[in-house]
Amino acid sequence: MSATTKGLILTGIVLVGLLVLVDAVYVVSETNQVIITQFGEPIGGAVTSAGLHFKAPFIQKANYFEKRWLEWDGDPNQIPTRDKKYIWVDSYARWRISDPLVFFQRVRDERGAQSRLDDIIDGETRNAIANYDLNEVVRSSNREFELTEEIALIEIPEAIAKINIGRERIAQIILESASKITPQFGVELKDVRIKRINYVDEVQHKVFDRMIAERKRIASKYRSEGDGKSAEIRGQKEKELKRIQSEAYRKAQEIKGKADAEATRIYAQAYSLDPEFYQFMKTLETYRQSLDSETWLLLSSDSEFLKFLRTSEKK
Amino acid sequence: MKGDFQPIDFKLPKIKVSVVRAILIGIVAVILLIGSIYQVSPEEIGVILRFGKFVRTADPGLHFKLPLGIERLTKVPVQRQLKLEFGFRTARPGIRSEYRVTPEAAREAIMLTGDLNVVVVEWIVQYKIKDAYNFLFKLRNPEDTFRYMNEAVVRRIVGDNSVDEVITIGRARIANEAKEELQHLCDLYEIGIDVNQLIFQDVNPPDPVKPSFNDVNEAIQEKERKINEAWSEYNQEIPRAAGEAEQMIRAAEGYATERVNRAVGDAALFSSIYREYARAPLVTRKRLYIETLNDVLPKIKKKVIVDEKLKNILPLLNLGEEVKK
Repeated sequence: MSATTKGLILTGIVLVGLLVLVDAVYVVSETNQVIITQFGEPIGGAVTSAGLHFKAPFIQKANYFEKRWLEWDGDPNQIPTRDKKYIWVDSYARWRISDPLVFFQRVRDERGAQSRLDDIIDGETRNAIANYDLNEVVRSSNREFELTEEIALIEIPEAIAKINIGRERIAQIILESASKITPQFGVELKDVRIKRINYVDEVQHKVFDRMIAERKRIASKYRSEGDGKSAEIRGQKEKELKRIQSEAYRKAQEIKGKADAEATRIYAQAYSLDPEFYQFMKTLETYRQSLDSETWLLLSSDSEFLKFLRTSEKK
Repeated sequence: MKGDFQPIDFKLPKIKVSVVRAILIGIVAVILLIGSIYQVSPEEIGVILRFGKFVRTADPGLHFKLPLGIERLTKVPVQRQLKLEFGFRTARPGIRSEYRVTPEAAREAIMLTGDLNVVVVEWIVQYKIKDAYNFLFKLRNPEDTFRYMNEAVVRRIVGDNSVDEVITIGRARIANEAKEELQHLCDLYEIGIDVNQLIFQDVNPPDPVKPSFNDVNEAIQEKERKINEAWSEYNQEIPRAAGEAEQMIRAAEGYATERVNRAVGDAALFSSIYREYARAPLVTRKRLYIETLNDVLPKIKKKVIVDEKLKNILPLLNLGEEVKK
C-alpha cells in the first residue's frame, strides 16, 4: 500500500467516524423534550433536560416534542344556558405535553392533540354552560352595582339576581372535568378560561330592544323630573312673590294705620279744646273751598250777613 | 492523438507552505471571531443557549460566545414598551394616527355586562418583557396567550359590572382591576410579562343602542335647562318684587310722616288760633266769618238776594235756563 492509499483510507475512516458521531449526538433545547425510538419503538423515558445528549446512531431516532405550555383556542360554540338564552362561548386553555411517551403513542403529534382537546373542552364547556343561568356565566360575584343617578331611577331585574356559582367557578368546573380525561393522551391541562361570551344574533336584537327601552324609561324620567322640578321652582316663586307682596302691603298698612291713629290723636287733642269752634272754623274753610264762580247763591235778606242791608241799627 | 496534448509547462508560484498555513489559520480565525462576537442593544437582553441549554444572559454591550453553533444567541427587547390593541388596530401610527376596526377587532370589543347588557370596549395594554427566560421558555406563543388573557380578564371584570359602571362611573376602576388581575395571571402563567398599563379607550353601547343612550344625555340637558329657566325666572321676578315691596313700604312711611306732620301742623294752627279766639271769642268769630265771606262772595257770579217778605220771586227765576248756559 502506498502512502496515498493509506491516507485515503484514514480519511474515509475519520469521515465515517464523524458521521457516526454526528448521528449519535442530539441537542435538546430548553423548549423541547425528546423521545428516543428504535425502529419506531420507544426506548426509555422522555429526555427533558436541555443540552447535548447521545443515542445509538442510525438505529435510534430522536422525536422532538414541545416542552413549553401550549395554547388552545377553541372555536366559538353556540350553547343554550339553563334559562334558554343562546350564547356564543369562546374559551381558551393552556396545556402541555406532560407525558411525551403516552402522547406519542396516543395522539402522535400536536395536531392530533388539538383536535382531541377540541372535542373534550367543547363538550365539557357545553355541559357546564347548559347547567347554569346566563347571569351565572357572565358574573363572577355578587358585588352590588354602583348606581349612577340614572340607573337609580329605574329598577333593573337582572341586577338583583343572586349568583351562586359564577363565571370563574364554571370555568373551574370545565377544567376539572376536562383535565380528568387529558392525561389519557399525555396532556396536562392547566386552565380553561372563558374568553368571550356573546348573544347569538336573534337574542342580541332582543337585548338591544330591551336596552333601548331601558334608556327610554330613563330619558322620560329625566324629562318629567325636569318638568316637575321647574314647576316646583315656579310654585316656590309664586309663593315667594305673594309673601313679599303681602308682607309689604301689611307693613305699609300698619305704617299708615299707625300714622292715621297718631294724626287722629293729635287732631282730637287739639280740637277737643273747643269742638264748637273747630266746627265753625272747619265750616268756614269748607265754604272757601266749595263755593266758586259756578255757584248760585240765594241769600235771604234775613241772613246774618245781609241784615245790615235793611238796617244799620244795632240789635 | 497524443501529440495534441502538450504538457503545459506551468509553474506554481513558489509560495512557502508556512505562508499558506498562516493565511488559512487567519481565515479560520476571522470566521471564528465573527461567530463569537455579538452586540446587545441597550433595550435588549441576550439569552445564550449552549447546545440548546440556557447558560446565561448578556446585558447590553459587546460580548463573546462560543462559535460554530455551540452557543446560540436570542435577543429579547426587555426595555421596550410593547403595546397590544383590542377592539381596533392602528392603521398608520403618527401624530394623527389612523385607526380601523377589523371584523376580528370588533369581535374582541363586544362583551356582556353584569346586568346582561351589551357594551363595546376598546382598550390597550402596555407591557414589558420582564423575564426573558420565562418569556422564551415557559410558553409557546406568549403574545397570543397574552391576548387571550387580556380578553378573558377584561370580560370577566366587565361581566361583574353594570353597563353604566362600564360606560361612566366605573371606567377607571374597572381598567385598574383588570390590570391587577392581568398581572396576577401573568405571574401565575410565568409568562415573563410585566403589565404597565391597561387603559380603556372608547367604551360605548353598541351602535343600535347608541341613539337611546344619547337621548338620555339630551334628556339630562333638557332637565337642566328647564330647571335653569325656572330659576332664572325666579331670580328675575323675586328681586323685582322685593324692590317693589320696599317701594310700597317707603311710600307708606312717607304717607305716615306727612300725615303726622300735617296733623301736628293743623293742630298747632288750630291751637294758636284758638288761643287768640278764647280771649275775644265773639269778635274773632265775627271777624273770621266776615273774612271768609269776603273771600268767598266775590268769586260767586250768581248772587240773588231774596227778601223774606217777597215770597213770590222764587218761582219767577228761571233757574233751569241759567244752569243750562
